[in-house]
Amino acid sequence: MLATSPRLRATGLRIVQAIPVVIGVVVISFLLTRALPGDPAVYFAGVAADADSIEQTRVAMGLDKPMAQQFLIYVGDLLQGDLGQSLSSGRSVAEDLAKRLPASLELTLTALLLAIAIAVPLGVLAATRPGTWVDHLCRVVVTAGVSLPTFFTGILLIYVFYYLLGIAPSPLGRLDFIYLDPDHVTGFYLIDAALMGDWETWRGAAKQLILPAGTLALFTLAPIARMTRAAMLSALSSDFIRTARAAGLSNRTVLFRYAFRNALLPVVTTLGMVFSFALGANVLVEKVFAWPGIGSYAVEALVVSDYAAVQGFVLAMALLFVALNLVIDLLYTAIDPRIGFSSK
Amino acid sequence: MLSVRDLAVSFNTRRGVVDAVRGISFDVSKGEILGVVGESGSGKSVTSYALMRILDAGGVIKAGEATYSGVDLRRAAERDMRDIRGREISMIFQNPRAALNPIRKVGHQIEDVLRHHARATRFDAREKAIAALEAVKINDASARYNAYPFELSGGMCQRIVCAIALACDPRLLIADEPTTGLDITTQKAVMDLVRDLIRERDMSSILITHDLGLAAQYCDRILVMKDGVIVEQGDPAQIFSDPQHPYSRKLVDATPRAGTDVRSLLPPQERGTMVTPKISDQPLLEVRNLTKTYMGKSGPVHAVKGISFKINEGQCVGLVGESGCGKSTTSEILVRLMDATSGEIIFDGEDIATAPARGFAGDARRADIQMVFQDATDSLNPRHSARQTIAEPLRRLGRMRGAELATRIEELATLVGLPLSLLDRFPHQLSGGQKARVGIARAVALEPRFLILDEPTAALDVSIQAVVLNLLVDLRIKLGLSYLFVSHDLHVVRLLCDHVIVMKDGEIVEQGAAQNVMSNPRSDYTKMLLAAAPAPPQRRKTN
Repeated sequence: MLATSPRLRATGLRIVQAIPVVIGVVVISFLLTRALPGDPAVYFAGVAADADSIEQTRVAMGLDKPMAQQFLIYVGDLLQGDLGQSLSSGRSVAEDLAKRLPASLELTLTALLLAIAIAVPLGVLAATRPGTWVDHLCRVVVTAGVSLPTFFTGILLIYVFYYLLGIAPSPLGRLDFIYLDPDHVTGFYLIDAALMGDWETWRGAAKQLILPAGTLALFTLAPIARMTRAAMLSALSSDFIRTARAAGLSNRTVLFRYAFRNALLPVVTTLGMVFSFALGANVLVEKVFAWPGIGSYAVEALVVSDYAAVQGFVLAMALLFVALNLVIDLLYTAIDPRIGFSSK
Repeated sequence: MLSVRDLAVSFNTRRGVVDAVRGISFDVSKGEILGVVGESGSGKSVTSYALMRILDAGGVIKAGEATYSGVDLRRAAERDMRDIRGREISMIFQNPRAALNPIRKVGHQIEDVLRHHARATRFDAREKAIAALEAVKINDASARYNAYPFELSGGMCQRIVCAIALACDPRLLIADEPTTGLDITTQKAVMDLVRDLIRERDMSSILITHDLGLAAQYCDRILVMKDGVIVEQGDPAQIFSDPQHPYSRKLVDATPRAGTDVRSLLPPQERGTMVTPKISDQPLLEVRNLTKTYMGKSGPVHAVKGISFKINEGQCVGLVGESGCGKSTTSEILVRLMDATSGEIIFDGEDIATAPARGFAGDARRADIQMVFQDATDSLNPRHSARQTIAEPLRRLGRMRGAELATRIEELATLVGLPLSLLDRFPHQLSGGQKARVGIARAVALEPRFLILDEPTAALDVSIQAVVLNLLVDLRIKLGLSYLFVSHDLHVVRLLCDHVIVMKDGEIVEQGAAQNVMSNPRSDYTKMLLAAAPAPPQRRKTN
C-alpha cells in the first residue's frame, strides 16, 4: 500500500508530522502557565486566609507536588478530556471552552469570509487595471485597514450604525435577550438556528454579528487585498500568460485558469497568517462588543491567576493553530503539484 | 501571406516614449521560413508581439500596416484577434519551461487551446490533445498528457509549447528564440522538428533569433535588424558571403565558426596582433580520479565519475558538454567552492583537494585560483558599485587600503578596458559587456595563476562576446594565466582553447589537442555535438 500516489503519501506524512507538534504544545502550555507570576493558592484561599489555610488550598489544588508529577496528572486528565476546573467560573474548563470557542470562531470565520469576499476581487481588479480608480481604491482600503486599530473602528461603527442611524442592535453579546438561544449543535448560532429552521433567531444572530465581524473584516482585508494584487501582478507578467494569450485563449480563461490559480499560493499563505492575527485581534473586538468569546475569557482568567482556564485556553489556541497550519499545507498540495516532490 | 509596411511600435514608459520599432517593411510568402536576426534591443521580438497584438502594457503600434490574408492586424477587433491567434498565427517562445503554466497538466493546456478554437469537444479533447502531442514526436504521449511542466526536460517542454502552437493548424508560426537555453543537441532536435512540421503542413514561419548561424541553417531568407530598423535582407548565403551593411558585416564577423581565429571576430580595424601564448610542459594543475557523489532523494547521484586531466602552465583547456554532464560540478570543485567525494587535485605540487572548501577563503592559495561566473548580472552584488566589486578581493585577500587600493582598481579597470568614469556605477547602470569586464577585473585582481571561466559569454550578444573573448585572450598572455574554459559552444572553445575535454554523464569521453578533437573527433558523442552545432556558411570575401 506504500506505493500509492506520492501526493497522498506526502499528505499522510504531513499529518503525521503534526503529532510531535501537538505533544510539544502540551508541554509548553503546561510550563508556560506555571511560569506565570502570582500564586493561585494565595488568591483562591481568600483575603482573610492565613499561612495554614493557604497551605491547605495548595494541597487541595495539588500544587505542592513536584512539577513532574503535576505534569503527569495533567496529561492523565487531558487524555480523559478533563481540562481541569475553572476556579473563577466554577465550571469545568472544557465546558467553558465548548461554549465560548464557537462564539469566537463564528466571529472570526465570518469576518474572514467577509474579508475574502471583498479583498480578493478588489485585488484582482486592481491588478488587471493598474493605475485606474479601482487600483487607487484598493490602495486607500489597504492603508485604512492597516492603520485603524480594531477598537477604534469598532467604536466608530457602533457610533454610526447603533447610536446615529439606529440600524444595528445594541452591541451586547451574540443575541438580543428577546430571542432564545438556539439548541447547541455546533455552537455557531447562525448554523444552529438554520438547522432548527428558526429564521427569526437567525436574523437576530446575524444582526448582532454584522458589526463585530465587519470591524474584524476591515482589519483583515488589507493584507489579503494587498497580497492578491501583488500576486496577480506577478502572475500576469509571467511568460506562460503570454503563451496563453498568443494561443488565442479568452481573457477570462487567461485571468482565472492561468493567472489566478498561480496567484493563489501566496494568497493562501497570507490567509493563514491573517487568521492567526484575527484570533489575536479578537480580544479587543470581543471587549468592545461584549462578545462572550474565548479572548475575553482568557483575559479575565489571566487577571485572577485561574491557571486551569489559562492552560486550557493556550492549549485550545495552539491546537487551533496546528490544525490551521495543517489545512494550509494541505491546501498547498491541492493547488500546486510541485509541492511534495523533490524539485531538483 | 503576411505583409508589413512601415510598422512602428513605441512604448510609453516613465522616462518618456521609447521607439522600439521604427518603420519596418517585409513580406512572408506561403511556405517560406523568414529569419529575423538581431542583437538584444533590436526590436525583433517586439515586432512579433505587435503582429499578434500581445504587446506588454504601454506598447502601441504607432504607424504602418500589417496585413495577414487580407485581415488588417492593426485595426482588427480584439475578438477577431483572439480567433486569429492560435488558429491562424501562433507563437513559440524562448525559455519553454516558463512558457507553460506550471500548475496545469500539459494535456489540459493543449485542450484549452483546442476547445477555445472549437477544434475539440469535451468528449474528444483528450484524444485530440494526445494526437497533438504525438505530432510533435513525444514518446508515450498518453502518459505525458498527465505530466506537469516541472516533470519534463527543457526540450520536452519546448515540444509541448510547439504542440500548443500547432494544435489548431495555424498557417503562420512565429518562433521567438525557440532554442535559447537548450542544449546544442536538443536545439538541433527541436529546430529539425519545427522545420519538418512547417514543411509537412505547408506553413510559413518567422524565426526570430540572435544566432546568425542558426538562422542561416534553417531560413530561406534573413532580415537583419538593428535599433528598430531592418538594415539588410537577403538569402542566408549571400548575407554571409557578402554582407552589405556595416552592421551585418560586424555580426557575420562576430559569429564564431570553423576556420576563423579569435581576432577575426572583431571588425577589421579593431583587430590587434595575435601573440602566441607560451605554454610550458609543466602541469600547473593535475586532476586525478576526481569523483563527486550527491545523496539524491532516490539514491546516490554520481555527478562526476573519476575524471583525470592536466592543465599546463599557460594553457587554455576547454571543458565541453551538455547540461548535466558534470562540467559545472567539476569547475566548482576545482575552484574550491565544493568538496570532492574522492580524488586528488594537485595544484602547483600540492594537493588542494584535502583543503576543505568551507575554509578555503582563508587559504593562502585562494588568490591563485579565481573564477569568472556565467551570468555577469547575477554574479555582481546589485548594491555594490563596480569600484566596490573590484575592491572586494583586494581588500579582503590583498589587504590593500587607501591610495594603494585606488591605484590598483584603476589599473585593473584599464587592463580590462573598463572606462574609469564607469567605476562608480552600479550593475544595473552598466551594459552586459561592461558587467562582464567588471567580473573579469574582480577575478584577475589578485593576479591569480589559474582562472576558471564558466561560460563567461553565454548571456552576451555576439558582437560583445567577440570583444570579451579577445580580452580574455589578451589577458592570458599579459598575465601569464592558465584557463579552464567551460562552455557548451564548440565554436567558441575551438577559437580559445589549446586542449579540449569532452564530458558526458560525469565521464570524460574524449580529450586532446583542440584542433584534433574538432577536426577528427574519435568518440561518437563528440561527433554528434559537432554535427548539432549550427554551421554558418563560410565567408568567401576576405578583408
